[in-house]
Amino acid sequence: MSRNSLLEDPRPTTFVAEPASVSPVADTTGATLAGFRSAEDLITPSVEDVVAATTSHHPPHGSDPVTDQTMVLNMGPQHPSTHGVLRLVLEVDGETVVSLAPDIGYLHTGIEKTCEAKFYNQVTPLTDRIDYISPMTNNLAYALAVEKLLDLEIPERAQYLRVLLNELTRIQSHLVWLGTHAMDIGALTVFLYCFREREDLLRIFEAISGQRMMSSYIRIGGVSLEPPADIYDKIRTFLNAFPTHIEEYEGLLNANPIWMGRLKGVGYLSADDAIALGVTGPPMRASGVDFDVRRDMPYSGYDKFKFNVPISNDGDVWARYLVRMQEMRESTSICHQALDLLAGLHHTRLNADAPKIMLPNREQMKTQMESLIHHFKIVTEGFHVPAGEATSSVEAAHGLMNYYVVSDGTSKPYRVHMRNPSFATLQALETMCKGRLIADVVAVVGSIDIVLGAIDR
Amino acid sequence: MDPITSPAPPSALFGKQAVCEALADHAAIRGLNDLITDAKWDRKELTLTVAPETIITAAQAAKAAGFNFLEDVTAVDWYPTEPRFQISYSILSIGLKQRIRIISRVSGDDPRIDSITSVWPSANFYEREVFDLFGVHFAGHPRLTRIMMPDNWNGHPLRKDYPVEGYR
Repeated sequence: MSRNSLLEDPRPTTFVAEPASVSPVADTTGATLAGFRSAEDLITPSVEDVVAATTSHHPPHGSDPVTDQTMVLNMGPQHPSTHGVLRLVLEVDGETVVSLAPDIGYLHTGIEKTCEAKFYNQVTPLTDRIDYISPMTNNLAYALAVEKLLDLEIPERAQYLRVLLNELTRIQSHLVWLGTHAMDIGALTVFLYCFREREDLLRIFEAISGQRMMSSYIRIGGVSLEPPADIYDKIRTFLNAFPTHIEEYEGLLNANPIWMGRLKGVGYLSADDAIALGVTGPPMRASGVDFDVRRDMPYSGYDKFKFNVPISNDGDVWARYLVRMQEMRESTSICHQALDLLAGLHHTRLNADAPKIMLPNREQMKTQMESLIHHFKIVTEGFHVPAGEATSSVEAAHGLMNYYVVSDGTSKPYRVHMRNPSFATLQALETMCKGRLIADVVAVVGSIDIVLGAIDR
Repeated sequence: MDPITSPAPPSALFGKQAVCEALADHAAIRGLNDLITDAKWDRKELTLTVAPETIITAAQAAKAAGFNFLEDVTAVDWYPTEPRFQISYSILSIGLKQRIRIISRVSGDDPRIDSITSVWPSANFYEREVFDLFGVHFAGHPRLTRIMMPDNWNGHPLRKDYPVEGYR
């Protein structure tokens, strides 16, 4: 194709780079590198292409002799400290980051599109696979949105059970964060300790739902199974031991000069920037914005719980570390309260009284005609959800997680959209890393605790 | 007391007049009154429809009314109805602890709306995602390229006329 036809091509497939950013270099396709090119030419981009792409949002580039001596570094997608398949393109001046551009989409599996072809209850297993570190939180966010559309009342026992499992999921997610974050910085022992406790939690999840990770336990209308009788004691045992473990991690890290040197004053994000860039969860609270959905817009009975929302005004990686450590302590306290509340509701109803929405248990299904009919109908035709749109919002371990579900009155969702915290948090990465060293990028990526499954969906 | 509004209006209200009367004290209704073309109070969620030409003004008005945090931008494809694409903006007020949804419908022939990245820089990735998956063009976006799909991908997967299994 001639250069002109490419220039006029309005298709979104064209690779856009600012013409002024680098001097034009001719190549065999007839296009200039600084001009428009089709994407096929850029599957293996040359250095000029990468510079043009990463610096296109810095218009003065090229005029300053110092920044002209920058180098482009490709980090990922296969890189141990990017926590998944995240590709970062860094423009560095010596060891200082001049600009940074995340490249995502490597894990895009079209979950939102798949949801539109499934019945409402078939979507639940898909939600596990979005943010695979905290599946229960995704289940809950989806269930809350559909329950809002159905106007379904959930009994207290299921609500508190959901709270309990969500807080355990938060602890589990924070343990994965702490272990991998510390490993990135070079403290391998913490990783081993964290995964030891995470294993206990995964065993609890397995006992409750039958699955360690992809639990699909929280369903529309309640939860999928009655929890086993001895599980509350097991959880209590874990919770009683857990504060000692937190102290153990802190004993390894808090006074560790390497840990302090790598974290303190690194990756600063101001409160205004956090709000402008859509950062939520622990990174936002570490920047001094006092907002937690659990406390401020309570869902699933969180208004019955007493807990503190840890915040810090420092806005650096160290502050995010402290906030998350404190959050684990608060989660432990919420779990204790949930267990106390559940103990008082022992023989009450677990799930919503909605036989046309919730699958009957096996015993009923095999002995009662009506249950068999309901079971058959739910499995073969799903259930109809009144037309409308609903947004649910939960405080996930990584931040604010919203599910936006649109119904057109049929048994399949018309649209399911997940607002995942990591997606927005990634936008703030450049602000946090600019002007800092390359090594700090690793610390910052660890501190925002991203899950690429949630970003790419 | 109802955290969203007090006293709580009946379960669902449709139409600008009904919503504006029942929720006259709501910060978003006061701030955006002139821009709203339609409104809905359904399932305790406030949805305000604005014309696509006024989206930047509406975003600024919402921000001025205290809705300072842009949570999400997404779209719904109402194919074959026209105007086809519904762009939904979910906006949170951290101070008021409330959420509103601003929606705007754009036509399927030339899906185009102004980018609100000048009001909230966080709209950057969200708008790129809507552009990638729905093919809606955001005028004034600093870098409107595909974000999820490969750059040479054919079509926009979340459109309703795009098959679930993809083109074969």
